[in-house]
Amino acid sequence: MSPRSLTLLKNLARNSNASSSCIQTRSVTYMPRPGDGSPRAVTLIPGDGIGPLVTNAVEQVMEAMHAPIYFEKYDVHGEMSRVPAEVMESIRKNKVCLKGGLKTPVGGGVSSLNVQLRKELDLFASLVNCFNLPGLPTKHENVDIVVIRENTEGEYAGLEHEVVPGVVESLKVITKFCSERIAKYAFEYAYLNNRKKVTAVHKANIMKLADGLFLESCREVAKKYPGITYNEIIVDNCCMQLVAKPEQFDVMVTPNLYGNLVANTAAGIAGGTGVMPGGNVGADHAVFEQGASAGNVGKDKIVRENKANPVALLLSSAMMLRHLQFPSFADRLETAVKRVISEGNCRTKDLGGQSTTQQVVDAVIANLE
Amino acid sequence: MLWCDMEASLNLLNLGLGRMVITKFCSERIAKYAFEYAYLNNRKKVTAVHKANIMKLADGLFLESCREVAKKYPGITYNEIIVDNCCMQLVAKPEQFDVMVTPNLYGNLVANTAAGIAGGTGVMPGGNVGADHAVFEQGASAGNVGKDSIVRKNKANPVALLLSSAMMLRHLQFPSFADRLETAVKRVISEGKCRTKDLGGQSTTQEVVDAVIAKLE
Repeated sequence: MSPRSLTLLKNLARNSNASSSCIQTRSVTYMPRPGDGSPRAVTLIPGDGIGPLVTNAVEQVMEAMHAPIYFEKYDVHGEMSRVPAEVMESIRKNKVCLKGGLKTPVGGGVSSLNVQLRKELDLFASLVNCFNLPGLPTKHENVDIVVIRENTEGEYAGLEHEVVPGVVESLKVITKFCSERIAKYAFEYAYLNNRKKVTAVHKANIMKLADGLFLESCREVAKKYPGITYNEIIVDNCCMQLVAKPEQFDVMVTPNLYGNLVANTAAGIAGGTGVMPGGNVGADHAVFEQGASAGNVGKDKIVRENKANPVALLLSSAMMLRHLQFPSFADRLETAVKRVISEGNCRTKDLGGQSTTQQVVDAVIANLE
Repeated sequence: MLWCDMEASLNLLNLGLGRMVITKFCSERIAKYAFEYAYLNNRKKVTAVHKANIMKLADGLFLESCREVAKKYPGITYNEIIVDNCCMQLVAKPEQFDVMVTPNLYGNLVANTAAGIAGGTGVMPGGNVGADHAVFEQGASAGNVGKDSIVRKNKANPVALLLSSAMMLRHLQFPSFADRLETAVKRVISEGKCRTKDLGGQSTTQEVVDAVIAKLE
């Protein structure tokens, strides 16, 4: 996972003036170890719907940059019952994966492959960075929220059964183990990225035991980080605050379902799910995908007209480059993408423009330094 | 061994003999590091500094190694410059240089010259790296321990080592802390109120440190 992107993005936002041509590039003074430039293998899953379009966008840009990575591509589709064993092997070997969304059928008892992947690799933290992009004005300014969401349990435990015909029970599971590690990750993230505040999102007034356990874990970890402000907010009030005054939030740590909703809301107010980067990380592996609403494979029409927004996945692949310790390439990619957005003449439909995916990719490649 | 006998007898003749050793192994690995550095840092050009017109075998071997490695990086411009012309170019038109790869002695001189024209050895960061370890120190003229009067008056410039320690933080994979440190140091320098004697100011080391700490975000 890339903690670095946030600080860099903040610095870039701070340094950029009103004029779009003033997005500063940083020169990184770092001393690589001999051999750091050797190419790394990354598992690539194009997925369904807009997935192949946007992952292909990343492939083209990586090629244009001569980035020291090469992709091992695998065909995985949402209707499969499981993620194929060879794909899992590849991810375990490479440790890093980039993917498009896998279409999950509604109802019918077929479980989501997106969720299955996260559980099998124990990618317990999902991270989305929702922030205002220069040149893309929204109703709110100064939005820079990182939503860190528990990725393996909660309402997504997948434990459902029919008690008697017509009565279904769905179990929400919260464990101390998982709550503690997601809280630890959130505070560690804040510490490593110079973030000032962590807000825990919950509904412990109603779910006193489940969300109560989550909160207890957050409070315990908070004590170890006296330099970081910690507060709590009930999820309904949180949703209202997000749309009224999102600048108050910094890092947010949430259980599974609330995280999904909070992330999508935050992404929506800051510019849309088409632009927010993010990914999933565990102790041993990392899977990068569109930040919010990653499982969303888009409408058929967008796929047919090739009008999917590649920005989110491009920014996520920049986070991936940092994760692989290629910060200079990550910087170049991010700078190019931000220039294209800020210039405003090459935007897909979700950002109010008319461009195709390929046009955005060409613009990004043209803007690479 | 033959050469020991030779040196002994040369001593009797009041003769000092210096031996410059250049090996393919070392030339190759430093060339590889230079090009890899350029690749990883989006640098456009690598210039090899040499005096192979005179030291045809030694510096010639160095150049051969650089040329071989350059072939593997077609996206990076490679050129060569004789060290005397290089010194002149450095003081006349330093913007032409990007990454420079040099054997040991020329590197010492080129680094000090380049540091001098860009602001002084008191501010340039750098370090030493090998396959397994890294040692960070003041970039140029690292062995220089300064005059007694600077030590007595506590007027040494901490900027170079502060920026080197930022490189160290990046090396340790703490980029956010590295960024904060660099930003604070650069702000202090750019504001101009708190500078040590080598930068034309009057401050002590501690005053610079306090200013940097005050500027940390």
